[in-house]
Amino acid sequence: MTDEKNSVAATLPVLTRKDFVSDQEVRWCPGCGDYSILAQTQKVMPDFGYPRENIVFISGIGCSGRLPYYMNTYGFHSIHGRAPAIATGLKAARPDLMVWVITGDGDALSIGGNHLIHSLRRNVDLRIIMFNNRIYGLTKGQASPTSEFGKITKSSPYGTVDYPVSPLAIALAAEASFIARTVDTHTEHIQQTLEGAGRHHGSAFVEVLQNCNIFNDGAHREFTDREVRDDRMLVLEHGKPMLFGKDRSKGIRLHGHQPEIVTIGENGITEADILVHDETDPLIAFMLAHIYWPEFPVPVGVVRRISRPTHDELMTNQIEQAIAGRGKGDLARLLASGETWTVEGDEA
Amino acid sequence: MTTVKEPPAGTRQLERVTIRFAGDSGDGMQLTGSQFTRTAAVFGNDISTYPDFPAEIRAPAGSLPGVSGFQLSFASTRIHTPGDQPDVLVAMNPAALKSNLGDLLPGGALVVNEDAFTPVNLNKVGYASNPLTDGSLSAYNLFTVPISTLNARASEGLELTNKQIDLTKNFFALGLMFWLYDRSMEPTIRWIDEKFSKRPVIAEGNKRALRAGYNFGETTEIFHERYVVPPARLAPGRYRNITGNEATALGFVAASQLAERTLFYGSYPITPASDILHSLAAYKNFGVKTYQAEDEIAAIGAAIGASYGGALGITGTSGPGLALKSEALGLAVMVELPLVVIDVQRGGPSTGLPTKTEQGDLLQSMFGRNSDSPVAIIAPATPAECFDMAIEAWRIALKYMTPVVFLSDAFLANGAEPWAIPDPGDLPHIAVPNRTEKEGFYPYSRDPVTLARPWAVPGTPGLEHRIGGLEKSDVIGNVSYDPDNHHRMTVLRQDKIAGIARDIPPLDVFGAPEGDLLILGWGSTYGAIRSAVERLRERGLAVSHAHLRHLNPLPANTETVLRSFGRVLVPELNLGHLLMLIRARYLIDAIGYNRVRGKPFRIAEIEVEAERILEAMKVAAR
Repeated sequence: MTDEKNSVAATLPVLTRKDFVSDQEVRWCPGCGDYSILAQTQKVMPDFGYPRENIVFISGIGCSGRLPYYMNTYGFHSIHGRAPAIATGLKAARPDLMVWVITGDGDALSIGGNHLIHSLRRNVDLRIIMFNNRIYGLTKGQASPTSEFGKITKSSPYGTVDYPVSPLAIALAAEASFIARTVDTHTEHIQQTLEGAGRHHGSAFVEVLQNCNIFNDGAHREFTDREVRDDRMLVLEHGKPMLFGKDRSKGIRLHGHQPEIVTIGENGITEADILVHDETDPLIAFMLAHIYWPEFPVPVGVVRRISRPTHDELMTNQIEQAIAGRGKGDLARLLASGETWTVEGDEA
Repeated sequence: MTTVKEPPAGTRQLERVTIRFAGDSGDGMQLTGSQFTRTAAVFGNDISTYPDFPAEIRAPAGSLPGVSGFQLSFASTRIHTPGDQPDVLVAMNPAALKSNLGDLLPGGALVVNEDAFTPVNLNKVGYASNPLTDGSLSAYNLFTVPISTLNARASEGLELTNKQIDLTKNFFALGLMFWLYDRSMEPTIRWIDEKFSKRPVIAEGNKRALRAGYNFGETTEIFHERYVVPPARLAPGRYRNITGNEATALGFVAASQLAERTLFYGSYPITPASDILHSLAAYKNFGVKTYQAEDEIAAIGAAIGASYGGALGITGTSGPGLALKSEALGLAVMVELPLVVIDVQRGGPSTGLPTKTEQGDLLQSMFGRNSDSPVAIIAPATPAECFDMAIEAWRIALKYMTPVVFLSDAFLANGAEPWAIPDPGDLPHIAVPNRTEKEGFYPYSRDPVTLARPWAVPGTPGLEHRIGGLEKSDVIGNVSYDPDNHHRMTVLRQDKIAGIARDIPPLDVFGAPEGDLLILGWGSTYGAIRSAVERLRERGLAVSHAHLRHLNPLPANTETVLRSFGRVLVPELNLGHLLMLIRARYLIDAIGYNRVRGKPFRIAEIEVEAERILEAMKVAAR
């Protein structure tokens, strides 16, 4: 499959970011984190070797939903929360396409929660990019399912009484085969993460921590700002110890089942004590999906990456097996199946 | 009626017989009924069936809500309905007797399993005394048979539990009916052997039960004569027996072959539509892709996604499911993609009567979305017609780039009739190519005749474009908030659907093209209306029948047809959906006949209503 894709790509003109910029004027608010996500998405797109016409972006409703209009690929701006369902049907009908789903915290986790869960558990070969700004932006500032408990918004003037969900934990519960987190303004990291998602075979879920400078400015600032990010975020790398801090002196150690922050060189701690990230280990993924600032640094990068057959492959295999076993369907025979009888002669 | 041949000695020839099998929902009445149906169909009778069962899988044994019935009519002439009232009622217990007796004609044959008439069972359904012995059934031709006892005796020596033996007693009843109507047991024996090929003891138990019932009829003298219903004179050809849901599934497989596109069926389990999913899921060697979605919305969403990719995206459901799909159906209207939504209607609102028939979703299909959101709507009239209308649904969807709602109902879905198997070569060619030409491509340009927009599927180089639920500018297809553009696009969407009227058959009239009364129907009421009109016309009354298969748009000649009659009667299994459309559209003072009892119309009630209107017309003319 990979070889075939490369050979197709070799015969095509080399595409650049500009080839993926559509003629539509981008209409997000000035300063919105979505600009950066769009730019990085357009930038990594040529790397996958798909001809432009074989790439489809499908979105739901919300500020994120406008992204397909700005991609010079096929695009479908659908209805609130349903993009994964539409993408599932498209991918089932057309396994040859590379399908991206663009969604937000309200779109994916509230109105569309069911579709997110089920597309992930089926391992539909989709790249689902969820912009998480912890607010409803397009409807002008109501609490979202990721808004922090007690948050004061237009719809919660006395503070929300709803506990937030962890998007990564939901993806993990749904057995997504690729789960990652990145940050809108960390351009290099978002590129790497989108690259990983784009090259994954199966359901890829990426949470992008995104700022809404109008309705939830500084949504993730406490740990994403340049001055503090090294100390407050944990950049994951497969097979590497979970170290963080400007001088990489701090790390995550498991104490029984419990993660704890330790400092290299203190109390006899060495790098050998630090937990090593393993993208295939479900217990590590579970732990990473549940630690967050301020108790812990916020993990970013690929939390989980495993391999299992995709929904469209399994569907195609069943069809191929049925044809191999029973022969290609013959309509005349199908129509005349079951018990039949013949009426002879002319009608009276 | 001319006699085809002399009936054998001891038998009497009949033109038509209607039998109803009734018992507990665990008694296998549906199986019994469908086995008799197959046998009658293969013999060459015209048949029509009406399975009527509760939503509960196994309501408490012996209770009234647990009664399951299967009525079938078989005849030597063409029939259109499963019969108003049974000639024979087979009641397996007191509950079945109590809930069905009211439908049996006086003098009708009543065959009961007297073993089930125990004090406990009688008590359960409120019989103070045993109706088999208290004389209350004297109006009927009562045959009490100890079915359970005789059946148990037949299975002696087999390694079966009492419970397993009891489960075979429906075959005893079936065997008895086979004897009474001089039918071969062979088709059923073949079926048993196939069904229980891995459990020979069970197969043997069922076959013994069947033969025991047959032999009981043969050796006892309680039945004085047997009845023969000669084969019907159907048009020459090869036939099979088919239900509406089977025909629907086959029709869509055929449409996929004719359109040369993959069939994608997204559905969420719902009664009475689930059998379509079951059938299609088995046709994998036809390349059919089925998808049991997480909910109704995902089912239509995936179907839209599949159509976007160039497949035949179909979703199937029943009323409450259609309600859930409405927003996505509006999206399909906005993005103008071909899509078929099957609604096997059932009693509503809400969960309503899940296993019972109704025509309650016509207005939901017409108007059940936000804003002006027109879709094409079609409705098959008989179980077999579901096949042709499935192909018709795709012809319209592809040619006009539009969603089409296919309105079936529980009566069509589960009812069966003989079907003249078509030759695939005779089926219409409905293939429509995708747009590949780059020159002059705009996503919302339109075919000047059909007003369809081009179908450019992902993977087509140079045609990359974006669609979505936001209003688009005419021709160019960019997001547009321009007031005049929105008005123009709304009118264009409406005109596109209205224009289909030029491309569908005119409304056909059975009987004279003009007269006193036209009975106008749609969907599964066809049989009852047609039979009523046949009877009225035989009596010389100026009554005709017209039946709509296309409900949006209506055939172009509809108004002309309606205005050719003094009055128009619109019988519907709802409170007046088509009636409202007809009155609003044509300002014709049509009269409704509306019943929502979860059952199909009887012929007689339509006949009586027509007579009432004719009488009133006569009085008014004086």
